[in-house]
Amino acid sequence: MKLGYYPGCSLHATAKEFDLSTRAVCEALGLELVEIEDWNCRGATAAHALSDELAVGLAGRNLALAAQQGLEALLAPCAACFGRLKYAAKALAAGAEALPHGLDSQAAARVKVHNILDVLLNVAGVERLKERASKPISGLRPAAYYGCLLVRPPDVAEFDDPENPTSMEQILSAVGAEPVEWHHKVECCGASLAVTNTPSVVRLVAEILAHAKSAGANCVAVACPLCQTNLDTRQAAAGRRVEERLELPILYISELVGLALGIDPVNLGLARHIVDAMPLTRTAFIQPREGATAGG
Amino acid sequence: MRFPGSDRSFDADLGLADDVAARSGENIAACYQCAKCTAGCPLAPEMDLTPNQVMRCVQLGLRDIVLGSSTIWLCTTCTTCTTRCPRDIDLARVMDTLRAMALESGVQPGQPQIPLFYRIFLYLVRRTGRANELPLMAAYGLATRNPFKDLLLGQKMFLKGKLKPFSPRVGDREQVRRIFERAEGHCEDPVPARGGRGGDRGGESEPESRQQ
Repeated sequence: MKLGYYPGCSLHATAKEFDLSTRAVCEALGLELVEIEDWNCRGATAAHALSDELAVGLAGRNLALAAQQGLEALLAPCAACFGRLKYAAKALAAGAEALPHGLDSQAAARVKVHNILDVLLNVAGVERLKERASKPISGLRPAAYYGCLLVRPPDVAEFDDPENPTSMEQILSAVGAEPVEWHHKVECCGASLAVTNTPSVVRLVAEILAHAKSAGANCVAVACPLCQTNLDTRQAAAGRRVEERLELPILYISELVGLALGIDPVNLGLARHIVDAMPLTRTAFIQPREGATAGG
Repeated sequence: MRFPGSDRSFDADLGLADDVAARSGENIAACYQCAKCTAGCPLAPEMDLTPNQVMRCVQLGLRDIVLGSSTIWLCTTCTTCTTRCPRDIDLARVMDTLRAMALESGVQPGQPQIPLFYRIFLYLVRRTGRANELPLMAAYGLATRNPFKDLLLGQKMFLKGKLKPFSPRVGDREQVRRIFERAEGHCEDPVPARGGRGGDRGGESEPESRQQ
């Protein structure tokens, strides 16, 4: 099956491993990704915070290009890109005039936008995930962290439950991981305030990770580059705040699924995290569960 | 307007609620102050007005207090409030509207570094069509005169291959520029009027002629 692909700017730099692992996993699941030619940044918070028309225009251009290039459905792995592309499609369908001449608003509005969880769970499907999962990763106990924009606002995201989503857990269970029960799944990580108001983000990251840790998680699963960056890069400061050794690798859902599918961790980009994820992946395959003797 | 028990008086702008309602498309009058928005707001502890107070101030027409608040900039658009509001008000959208109104009004923003960051971000997107974290962070560091804030972290990220000095540009940048022009060039001037750098807000200088 063919899907359009909108990586977004983060997946070319800070979230390169999200790009690598998404491509590798989709290939392994028999999904062909076609990157939209000449895509542009859809404006991030900066655009919609200052001008709704700019946000719809920047995101809408990508949808119009996808339509021009014959792509009816898109995968946008970045949760924020997913949300803003969907918002733009709705605004254009409702008659917003934000696109320059030569771009077809109505064709743009018809392009379907999927997030990575939706593609794994509903396009590939639990059966295919189970069937292709060749490595037992039951030693991995991820806390599934959705953050905001995968599920909110519900009338834009139109995906899963906004207060207690379970799709990530379903995917993780299908490939043999053991997701933990916890209650900070949809809390906000503070997004770009990490740059402008760092202490606020350290506070939020500390709350989220301390709860993941106390729920018994040994890693956190995410599907948003900004969530990953904040939980990963501000983890040291968050640990100092709660006076706890957190040491929770923050992994994209695509990396975890990729491990289960038997893809080389380095090719998934696992060596690129600030909180080292490699030791966890090495023991993950041999740990029976509930750490008997770790051995070493 | 004078609040009971307070010596301060405030100018009330009775058109504010209508302005915000018209621009956001949200029913401002519907808010009955249950404060569910505030209960779920992750940034409420750091805000000067809580989200429900913002709604009340808009209803009361306290324009300068709302537009000068830190709240409208600290809002991360997590949309928890929007999701939970029993009156179906999209508060996150109201915050977007208030941010745009704050910049237009020239009121001193409660957290000036946040709109500064947004302007630099959009300036870069306008020039190249894509965002790139490295020049973004460098420009923000210089503009806030604190270039070493996240230097160590930046180094680590660079060594992990997470920061790229260059990113591919969009081919049809003319199209991107036209989208910005339609939306009235909010990123004409990446350095704000305040902060001692001089230059008028929304200045006349053409961004392309600026030094990189």
